[in-house]
Amino acid sequence: MAERNMVGALNLALARAMAEDEYVMLLGEDIGVNGGVFRVTEGLSQRFGPLRVVDTPLAEGLIAGMSVGLAAQGLHPVAEIQFVAFAYPAIDQIANHAARLRTRTRGRLTCPMVLRTPFGGGVHAPEHHCESIEAMFAHIPGVRVVIPSSPAKAYGLLLSAIRDPDPVVFLEPTRLYRATREEVEDDGIGIPLDRCFVTREGRDLTFVTWGAMTREVAAAAEALAREGIQAEIVDVATLKPLDADTILASVEKTGRCVIVHEAPLTGGFGGEIAARIAERGMMSLLAPVERVAGYDTVMPLPRLERVYMPDERRILAAAHRTMG
Amino acid sequence: MSIAARFEIEFRRVIDRDGKLVAPLPPGFRDTDLIVRLYSAMTLTRAFDQTAVALQRQGRIGTYASSLGQEAVGVGVASAMRADDILLPSFRDHGAEFWRGVTLLESFLAWGGDERGNCIAGPREDFPPAIPIASHIPHAVGVAFAFKRRNEKRAAVCMFGDGATSKGDFYEAINAAGAWELPAVFIVTNNQWAISLPRARQTAAATLAQKAIAAGITGEQVDGNDVVAVHDAVARALERAHAGQGASLIEAVTYRLSDHTTADDASRYRGAEPVRAAWQEEPLVRLRRYLIDAGAWSKEDEKRLQAECASKVEEAVNAYLAVAPQPAEAIFDYHFATLPHDLARQRASLTPQDADHG
Repeated sequence: MAERNMVGALNLALARAMAEDEYVMLLGEDIGVNGGVFRVTEGLSQRFGPLRVVDTPLAEGLIAGMSVGLAAQGLHPVAEIQFVAFAYPAIDQIANHAARLRTRTRGRLTCPMVLRTPFGGGVHAPEHHCESIEAMFAHIPGVRVVIPSSPAKAYGLLLSAIRDPDPVVFLEPTRLYRATREEVEDDGIGIPLDRCFVTREGRDLTFVTWGAMTREVAAAAEALAREGIQAEIVDVATLKPLDADTILASVEKTGRCVIVHEAPLTGGFGGEIAARIAERGMMSLLAPVERVAGYDTVMPLPRLERVYMPDERRILAAAHRTMG
Repeated sequence: MSIAARFEIEFRRVIDRDGKLVAPLPPGFRDTDLIVRLYSAMTLTRAFDQTAVALQRQGRIGTYASSLGQEAVGVGVASAMRADDILLPSFRDHGAEFWRGVTLLESFLAWGGDERGNCIAGPREDFPPAIPIASHIPHAVGVAFAFKRRNEKRAAVCMFGDGATSKGDFYEAINAAGAWELPAVFIVTNNQWAISLPRARQTAAATLAQKAIAAGITGEQVDGNDVVAVHDAVARALERAHAGQGASLIEAVTYRLSDHTTADDASRYRGAEPVRAAWQEEPLVRLRRYLIDAGAWSKEDEKRLQAECASKVEEAVNAYLAVAPQPAEAIFDYHFATLPHDLARQRASLTPQDADHG
């Protein structure tokens, strides 16, 4: 077994999926010989050929739209949007077509496609390269929204996303692409797409987070442990459909909840989680639910990015408020 | 300065507004059988449109987009296709859909607000009519790419209106189809109006067909009220597509004789005169004249056809009105292959009152 970073794990999953199903194909900008700007598709064009690893003209709406056509024809397109803010034209295709093809034809046509894109900040990337737009996708009925937080999860979740018979938006935290390495076995085993993960157990406080923020939250949990506060961490991983039961079970146990995400506060997916807790877990709460999120500002350019990004200090402050 | 490149756009017409041949009949039209079939299909489409508008006025279907005046485009396009080609229509292309095998009942159901109308029994791989403008054109690229990938001699045929050619999706799609030499045929039904915006204010381009030039694909303009010309242009484009010779854009020039939809009142933005003039060009009369002149059509034939169409439409209306609505839970159906737990919880929250929605 080899240690891999998230880029390597994603590459491994793509290769595996393509080897086991000839209908799986990749399309996107610069993903062929160049291997993608982040190298996620490195070597795949050489191995599977240009009809299965397709360099497209520079047109994101086309990439998403032709994926709908390919998927309706029974292929399993995995489309790459090069950077997150270029995914907005693709939202038109996801919301107006991919997400509703099955239901508006009562199952006659289906749309087994995956739309992958890197997202999130903290990498000092140029403007339009670091937004967090998961809530926009999660608001669309008929699509799954998946966010891995580690190389092993990236491998298993991407395999499941590709094998899933419905459209999946797969958001890859850019900051985690090369941040850590871990053992990733190429066992072909997928991870269920409708389950949250409890990645740390604790009795005093529940952190709910996803993607790259799992790192800051893990560090905060370590710091709290040194103070004698045992924090539990729920990695949401699949925002849509939401596994609210796992979150609620944890909050019922701890009575306290801090939700952490990079995306802007208002309309962020943390609001949905807080609402679920208010609806079904109110009686177990010992303190108000806290949210640590990005501000409702335009994502700042790199020199002030750190002000925007939730960090350990802000997370700990919220945790201490809930602990009273 | 020298010329870097030079282009021309050809215009195709076979039967003019007076029903006279202005060009040789293409192969397949040497006897009148096919023309009679096309004429019959166009007549049926017009009968359907007329009844659908009436049904909307009675509150029995939803907002409806009539194809009055454009029957030659839909029928001409679909009749040139092979059964295993795939049609990606937009919402005013029922003439094409009916020829392909979509039933009048299915269309009434879809316009009546029932998803089952899109679960057609006929051409199972055809797309349901696209409601948003132009965003379905990239789907045709995907379908055509799938054919190329599987090495199948099939083509994707995508229909849209003049307004769609102003959108990026249109250009992105024809550009990619050109770059990959895909088996796709793009049909722009230029009916002169995008709701209230006339063709002249949609673009400064002299023709819509010339937009093909920018994408490096074949472009031509046809008289969209001449079903023979439409059929011939599409047949030639499909022949190229099936032979691996790439994509085409065909601009069918016609006129929207109806309001945009039943929710529209075209008198707010266009005068009576151009519409009166357009009626002189409409596609059914010229074809009837041609058939009569050719000795292939009589008053009795016409009477019989009208009666047949009326009875087919009436039968479909009765069948449509007899279809019970789907149960309340059906709104949750077919969102995913397997209903996720979170959605199952929402479905379980439906009450008996929700079932009482008729």
